Amino acid sequence: MSEVAVKEKEPLFSKKNKKLITDPLNDTNPVTIQVLGICSALAVTVKMDAALVMSMAVLAVLIVGNVIVSLMRNLIPGKIRIIVQLVVVAALVIIVDQVLKAFVYDVSKQLSVFVGLIITNCIIMGRLEAFALANKPWASALDGLGNGIGYGIILVVVAFFKELFGSGTLLGFEIFGSQGKTLADSTGLYSMGYENNGMMLLPPSSLVLVAIYIWIQKSRNPSLQEGH
Amino acid sequence: MVINKDSNAYTVIFATAMVVIVGGLLAFVSTSLKPLQEDNVRNEKKQLILKAIGSEETKSITREDAGKQFKKYVVERLILDYEGNIIEGTRLTNETPVDIKSAKDAFAVDLKKEYKKFVQPLTNKYTGSDLVDELTKEKNIHYPLFICEVNQRFMEELALDGLKLKLIDIKEKLQEANENNMDTSLSLALSDTMFRIEEELKGRKKHYVIPVMGKGLWAGVWGYIGLESDGRTISGAVFDHKSETPGLGAEISKDFFSDQFIEKTIVDETGNYTPVKVVKPGTGVTQPYVDGISGGTFTSVGVDEMMNRTLSVYHKFFQNESGKELLTKI
Repeated sequence: MSEVAVKEKEPLFSKKNKKLITDPLNDTNPVTIQVLGICSALAVTVKMDAALVMSMAVLAVLIVGNVIVSLMRNLIPGKIRIIVQLVVVAALVIIVDQVLKAFVYDVSKQLSVFVGLIITNCIIMGRLEAFALANKPWASALDGLGNGIGYGIILVVVAFFKELFGSGTLLGFEIFGSQGKTLADSTGLYSMGYENNGMMLLPPSSLVLVAIYIWIQKSRNPSLQEGH
Repeated sequence: MVINKDSNAYTVIFATAMVVIVGGLLAFVSTSLKPLQEDNVRNEKKQLILKAIGSEETKSITREDAGKQFKKYVVERLILDYEGNIIEGTRLTNETPVDIKSAKDAFAVDLKKEYKKFVQPLTNKYTGSDLVDELTKEKNIHYPLFICEVNQRFMEELALDGLKLKLIDIKEKLQEANENNMDTSLSLALSDTMFRIEEELKGRKKHYVIPVMGKGLWAGVWGYIGLESDGRTISGAVFDHKSETPGLGAEISKDFFSDQFIEKTIVDETGNYTPVKVVKPGTGVTQPYVDGISGGTFTSVGVDEMMNRTLSVYHKFFQNESGKELLTKI
C-alpha cells in the first residue's frame, strides 16, 4: 500500500496531500487500477445524468464516511471494524436517501435503487479499510475526494460513449438527429440509415469500454503494467 | 485509564452504543422527514392524474401546484368494483377533502398494495375467462375513477351563436327521430352530438381519469389513462415505473410513448370493448395499437396487460345505468 500515515503539522495542501487527490484520478484510479466499484460502473452508465448524480452521491458518502471512520479510528475495536464501517456507510446512505426523497424527490426517483447500492460500492469499504482507519481526518477527506472524483471520471466517460452510441443523445439532447419510424421521418444521421447500437445500452458494453480505458491508461504509463 | 480495545467487553459495549446511537439517529431522521416525503408522493400522484387528463391546461402543472389545484379540476371521485358498479358511499365530490386514511376515498386506494396482494396471484395462475371469473370473485380489488373538468378553449361569440342554432336544429331532429321510432343508432348519434355542443357552450369539458397498475420486467409499472367525455376515446396517458431498465423499458414514462395513446378508442364501431394493444413496432394488427419499446418487450407487455385488464372494468361501468347517466349529464 502506498498510503502512509501523514505526519503532523504540515500545510493543508502539502505535496503529499495534493497527491492524495491527484493520484486516484489516474495512477491509482479506484475503478481501472484498484478495480473497485466495477459493478456500479456497469449498471449506472446508460445515461450521463444518472452517472453524474451517482458520482456526486458516492463522492459525498465517501468523504463523510472517510472522515467519520477516521475520527473513530482510535476507538473502533479491531474485531468488528468491518461491521462498524458498514454501519457508518449504511447509516449515511439511508440519511442521504431520506433527504433526497424529502427535498429533491425527482432526483431520488431517478436514482431509485442505486442510492441503496452505494452501500455495496466496494470503493467506499475499500477506502475506509485501507486509508481512513490509519490516517487523520483531513487526509482521509482528501483521499475520499480524490477517489470519488476518480470514480466519477470513469462513470462519466463510460456513460458518454454508452449514451452517445446507445441512444444517440448526450444528457438527453439529440446529437445525431432524431429517429422516426421510417427513413423519411428521420433527420440527421438517421436519415442516412444510421441505427443506434442496442448493445451499448446493456451492461456488457461497459466492460468493453472500461477495458479499453485501462488499455489506453496502461499503455501510456508502462509502470502500471503488471509483469507476468 | 487505559482501555483494552481488544477485550470482549469493550467490543460488546462499543457495538451496543453504536447501534443505539445510529438507530436513534436514523429513527429521528426518518420520522422528521416522513411528512415531507409523503406529501411528495401524494402530490406526484395528483400531478400524474392531472397530466393524464391530456388538456393543455393541466399538462404542465408542477408537483407543488398539483397539490393545491387538484380540487379545482377533479370534481368527483368514486370507486368501482370489477362489475363496474359504484361501491356504495364512495362517490365523493371535490368538497370532501382528500382523506388518505378513508377506505371510501378513491384517492386513498393503494393500487400497488392491492395489485401485489390480490391481482398478481390471480394473473399468475389464470388466463382468459378463468381470470375474469376469479377477478369478479375477488372483492378486495378497487377500481377508482376520477371525474375531472377542464376549461375548454373559448369560442368567439359568433361561433357560439351558430352552435346554439345548431343545437336547436339537432334537438328537433332528435324529437322527430324518437317520435317516428327511427333506427336507434341515428338517435344515439344525434344525442351524442347534442351533448358535445352543450358541453362546448358550457365551456367546461369533462374527462375521466383511470389509474392502472401492472408489472413490467423488474417491478411494478403503473399509469393514469384519461378518457374524453364520451368515455371511450383516450385523451391522455401517463406511465411510470419503479425500476425498469433505463433507456429500454424505462422509456414508457416518456411522452413519445404515452402520447401514442391519445385519440385511440377502447371500443369498436359496434360498441364492444377492444383494448389498445401495445405491439412490436411494425406489427400489423387490426384493432387500435401503439408501438411498444424495442428492447423493452416485457415492460411493453406489462403495459398492454394492465390496460386491457383494467379498462374493461370502466367500459362495463360506462355501459351500465350510473355510468350512462354520467356520460349524458353536463
